[in-house]
Amino acid sequence: MSTHTVKLTVNGKSCEGEAEARMTLVDFLRDVLELTGTHIGCEHGVCGACSVILDGKPVRSCLIYAVMADGHEITTVEGLEGSDGSLSPLQDAFWENHAMQCGYCTPGMLIASHHLLQENPSPSEEEIREAIGGNLCRCTGYQQIVEAVQMAAEKMKGGAA
Amino acid sequence: MKAAAFDYIRARSLDEVCQALADGDGEARIIAGGQTLIPLMAMRMARPETLIDINDIGELSGIETGGDFVTIKACTRQADILASDTVRAALPVLSDALSHVGHTQTRNRGTVGGSLVNADPSAEIPLIARLLDADMTARSISGERTIPAAGFFDSAMMTTLEPEECLVEVRFPVWPANRTGHGFHESSIRDSDFALAAAAAQLTLDQSGNCARLHLAIGGATPAPWRLDAVEAALTGGDLSDEAIEAAIADIPDMVEPQSDVHADADYRRRVARVLAGRAICDARDRAKGDRA
Repeated sequence: MSTHTVKLTVNGKSCEGEAEARMTLVDFLRDVLELTGTHIGCEHGVCGACSVILDGKPVRSCLIYAVMADGHEITTVEGLEGSDGSLSPLQDAFWENHAMQCGYCTPGMLIASHHLLQENPSPSEEEIREAIGGNLCRCTGYQQIVEAVQMAAEKMKGGAA
Repeated sequence: MKAAAFDYIRARSLDEVCQALADGDGEARIIAGGQTLIPLMAMRMARPETLIDINDIGELSGIETGGDFVTIKACTRQADILASDTVRAALPVLSDALSHVGHTQTRNRGTVGGSLVNADPSAEIPLIARLLDADMTARSISGERTIPAAGFFDSAMMTTLEPEECLVEVRFPVWPANRTGHGFHESSIRDSDFALAAAAAQLTLDQSGNCARLHLAIGGATPAPWRLDAVEAALTGGDLSDEAIEAAIADIPDMVEPQSDVHADADYRRRVARVLAGRAICDARDRAKGDRA
């Protein structure tokens, strides 16, 4: 069993901690770096709740060991807010549309749709549903989440971003 | 669900990987994208003593074209292959199949080599490797060898790779584009779930519009991706009319041996395999004629 010093950049800040090789990135984020915004759902790559952005691309942080992320850049849901702590237009649209009930899937939904809007500022409903296709929600039936992403896209086009 | 403890090595070169595999005495495993291995380890269905991380090895990543082949290095991400214009132009059936592989988040980590060595019977990339007669190159401290797809997929989740071998690359033959078409169809419970059955076809027409060459493969309905030689032979040389295709695929339910599970029993999968094969051949024919994008 090996233990490693893991250094990575999380939401623009350099972070460091010790991790057994078997510690997943999501456990490292939550338990070592105390960034509890990222949720642990299924722990085997099915639900998408633990999605984070690794080197600019959304991945499941339960499907990567922390030591594998050593030297890489991570954005978690905590990194989406404005520098003054205000909600991003996407987060605000989730609030406006009540795009959650229990909130368990929300960090993963935000990460997946944040990345979508970066890549594609005017997604169709089908493209939104494809982008959040790897994220399970058991409350909303997805409708309000899709509407929130549509509203965020409109707001961001209007220069609100 | 936490993995059992293991030692971790971040390898910097292929030579280092081969040496670590040899030193591991069968208890070391390579980790690339980890999109299957990490869940298996979380459920303790896999308990390697050592993981050898190949993600930082530049020589194991990239897409190369040359002559009549496209070579994809083992640790190339599925998302990068799906986004590749080179692959879309030369191997459109692979691009179509990749859009069915997992989700954005898993394709951003999952690799072509990982899918090939995992050899899930319902996986799309092994199906396309078998369809196109791809060659796999593997290396160990004893040297390098090339394994044709026909001899690579042994049974469900089993390949003919030795424990001390590392897959280096997969080489897909590229067919002449003229009068060539492809088709890919899959049935699954939800988009991007594992396939209940999948079918892929690629064919070339001769100048008179008859079938000069046809490959047809089925996934999810046999322990390993399966080429339907009898259907290929029955249709090659013919006019590929709807009636001829219907007749040729009629016996597919007897040619495959699917498993039953909670989602679909074996009889259903047999029927689905036939229907999907017919659709794949028709799409390939229509594309070869230029009737379909």
